[in-house]
Amino acid sequence: MSVLNAPLKQHVIDPEICIRCNTCEETCPVDAVTHDDNNYVVDASLCNYCMDCISPCPTGSIDNWRVVSRAYSLDEQFSWGELPMQEDLPDLAGEGAPEALEDEVGKLLEEARRGLGGKPVAPASASKPSVNLYNRGKPATATLTGNFRLTAADADNDVRHLILDFGDQPFPVLEGQSIGVVPPGTDAAGKPHAIRLYSVASPRDGEKPNAGNLALTVKREKGGLASNWLCDLQKGARIEVTGPFGATFLMPNDPAATIIMICTGTGSAPFRGFTERRRRAMPDASGKLVLFFGARRQEELPYFGPLQKVPETLLRKHFCYSRAPGQPRVYVQDAIRGEGAALAELLPQPGAHVYICGLRGMESGVDEAFADICRHAGIDWAALKDAMRGDGRYHVETY
Amino acid sequence: MSEIVHVDYTTKIPNNVDLANDRQVLKALEGWHPGYLDWWNDMGPEGFQESLVYLRTAISVDPKGWAKFDYVRMPEYRWGVLLAPRDEARKVNFGQHLGEDAWQEVPGEYRAMLRRLIVIQGDTEPASVEQQRHLGKTAPSLYDMRNLFQVNVEEGRHLWAMVYLLQKYFGRDGREEADDLLRRRSGDEDAPRMLGAFNEATPDWLSFFMFTFFTDRDGKMQLESLAQSGFDPLSRTCRFMLTEEAHHMFVGETGVGRTIQRTCEAMLAAGVDDPTDIAKVRALGVIDLPTIQKKMNLHYSLSLDLFGSEVSTNAANFYNCGLKGRFQETKIDDDHRLTTATYPVAKLVDGAIALVDEPALTALNMRLRDDYVNDCAKGVERWNKIIEKTGVNFRLELPHTVFHRHIGEFKNVHATPKGVLLGEADWARVRDDYLPSAEDGAFIESLMTPVSEPGQFAGWIAAPKVGIDNKPGDFEYVKIAA
Repeated sequence: MSVLNAPLKQHVIDPEICIRCNTCEETCPVDAVTHDDNNYVVDASLCNYCMDCISPCPTGSIDNWRVVSRAYSLDEQFSWGELPMQEDLPDLAGEGAPEALEDEVGKLLEEARRGLGGKPVAPASASKPSVNLYNRGKPATATLTGNFRLTAADADNDVRHLILDFGDQPFPVLEGQSIGVVPPGTDAAGKPHAIRLYSVASPRDGEKPNAGNLALTVKREKGGLASNWLCDLQKGARIEVTGPFGATFLMPNDPAATIIMICTGTGSAPFRGFTERRRRAMPDASGKLVLFFGARRQEELPYFGPLQKVPETLLRKHFCYSRAPGQPRVYVQDAIRGEGAALAELLPQPGAHVYICGLRGMESGVDEAFADICRHAGIDWAALKDAMRGDGRYHVETY
Repeated sequence: MSEIVHVDYTTKIPNNVDLANDRQVLKALEGWHPGYLDWWNDMGPEGFQESLVYLRTAISVDPKGWAKFDYVRMPEYRWGVLLAPRDEARKVNFGQHLGEDAWQEVPGEYRAMLRRLIVIQGDTEPASVEQQRHLGKTAPSLYDMRNLFQVNVEEGRHLWAMVYLLQKYFGRDGREEADDLLRRRSGDEDAPRMLGAFNEATPDWLSFFMFTFFTDRDGKMQLESLAQSGFDPLSRTCRFMLTEEAHHMFVGETGVGRTIQRTCEAMLAAGVDDPTDIAKVRALGVIDLPTIQKKMNLHYSLSLDLFGSEVSTNAANFYNCGLKGRFQETKIDDDHRLTTATYPVAKLVDGAIALVDEPALTALNMRLRDDYVNDCAKGVERWNKIIEKTGVNFRLELPHTVFHRHIGEFKNVHATPKGVLLGEADWARVRDDYLPSAEDGAFIESLMTPVSEPGQFAGWIAAPKVGIDNKPGDFEYVKIAA
């Protein structure tokens, strides 16, 4: 079991309601359900949360869950006359909270957090996230209500702003969380397509406040099945969505927190959410927002226009263009170095939070830049980074 | 009528058997459908055909597609023809054809036998709808009413499933049989249903719960054995029917369980300690546990008769020919031919009950019945747990398989529920101690007053622990005057 999935949300069957009809055992595609003379039970090491067993169950006994630090064994479950109470666990939003309940998504997030160099920890003042309310077996269905191109018509990149409407389905997200998109159809082998994760680009109250919608930033990838499908969708199209996912790459609620956001391309999505949250909920926050945003050129920088309208007092913006005609190439790490003195002073402070999101290639450059500016200031970046990560103040999500 | 005839079947009947491109079968089903709707309107649930009922409908056979919940008027329920997905590699798993590829067409030599099996199974489906048609009027809650109607429409769908097989694979004979399934009527003197238990009345809700627990459980065992069939379309049909049958078991087990729960709770609240003090318990407006035991005795023994003679050449032939297997055949570890094996069968030997080894092949009915008894016993134990939890001192017990039998080895003897054989006179004296009397029936009937307020339940039955489709307690499962 991956670290990201501990504590575990364990699928259990209520023996007082179950009638031992065998439907779940018959239905389970991975043979995770088994029984003895007493009870039907789910093997926690096999269950992949596909939810195939949920709707065929005639009793509702199958739809029970316990968050556990150690999974109940088969023998324990066989002996039950009734379900055990939910055990008291330490704050679930804190250290070790599950980012996803499905291994498929858990692995994607684990991969995205690889550059962190340790266990991800949520900011101390972050809200408690909802995780995995919807999954492959029971997805939410969203309606596409907007699909706008963010990059200039002549730009090489086609990056789009999609608005998904969930109607009456509750889909609570926090800034920094992701959702899973399930492309329709099957692959050549007849299997359903893998789930794609997209960061939510809107704040927690929605793209339009309290309208039950959210925004995504999607880049059309050459030959990419999901991204092309999404980018080509017309208004009114229906999309199967899972999630929300992620329990650590979250925005601190503390208005005194200074948030340093470093991104390229669609990595800007969560930071759009962060910025909108600050703008809407705490425009007079004492903490600063600082953005380092890299693109090839201005025309390819998503949200360039709207970002111009955000005042510098709310968001300090550093745009870095690596292919602007007639200009030297500037990468995010160069801009970070340019702010070296200020950053070196800021980083050790307890309110400073660093978020890196975008292409994996930027990781090492950014890390070296931080190491450089810290060295100048006599700070051990490796130790500081570890401490910040442990405090939930250093976050990486790259792909 | 023209509206019904011109129904677009390719959209109206959910099916995964490509009906749209199977013109002959489509035409046969089109011919049959108006008669089915006539039957449903004449013999289906009485008085609620216009109500909106929160039903689950199967729209496909994958786990995600077969339990879609929504309000529907019963005559507009989408009765579909749905077979479990085909397994290309499936073999005949028992009998003399063991190891051959499963048959996609009816083997000529087994045509009559197969048709018989399908007709017997098919006949039980509409029968139970007929038996239960008056119950809506006395439903103890909207929740229970909805469960009843769910059972009814699914029995209707099971009839469709069998009729599809008859029409698709048995030509003119099959079409005639399909028509006859609509012609026979439960309890009718001239054209009764084929099996005894399906001609008994279901006069009250406790009978309904007992029926779904005991008699539908026989259905489950039969379907499971037919799901083993070497005739693949029958196997696939029954496999999918089993997923629906589970709901019927649920209605029965929890219905009786909730009745027991309420009785025990009422006894505790009123300080009645003695569960056998029937007058005192009945005065509380609940059904006393000894009467529940008697209802159990009746429905269990009638259901045992459905398994036929303990020793049966027919059963042996069905098995040997690969048409009907044993319960969970593929999970049994033996030769799957039963050429030399024996099986212990309860028999009357010199006036006493004894187990006699018979060839396993001819003892298949006995074996299936034993599996059934074990399955029932587990459910009864869960009822006992409910009683235990409340602290009331009483245990329900399945009667001996000798008790009150009309078919098989013990049809000519009388016995107590403990299996003690009795003479005619003794039996007449104690009969009402073991089986519901007319007075018991009248008392139960007196409690059957309908409750149609959402979230409210008649006084003799407890509310369920969870709602259907996770709905809250006061959900309006049936909009009666919709």
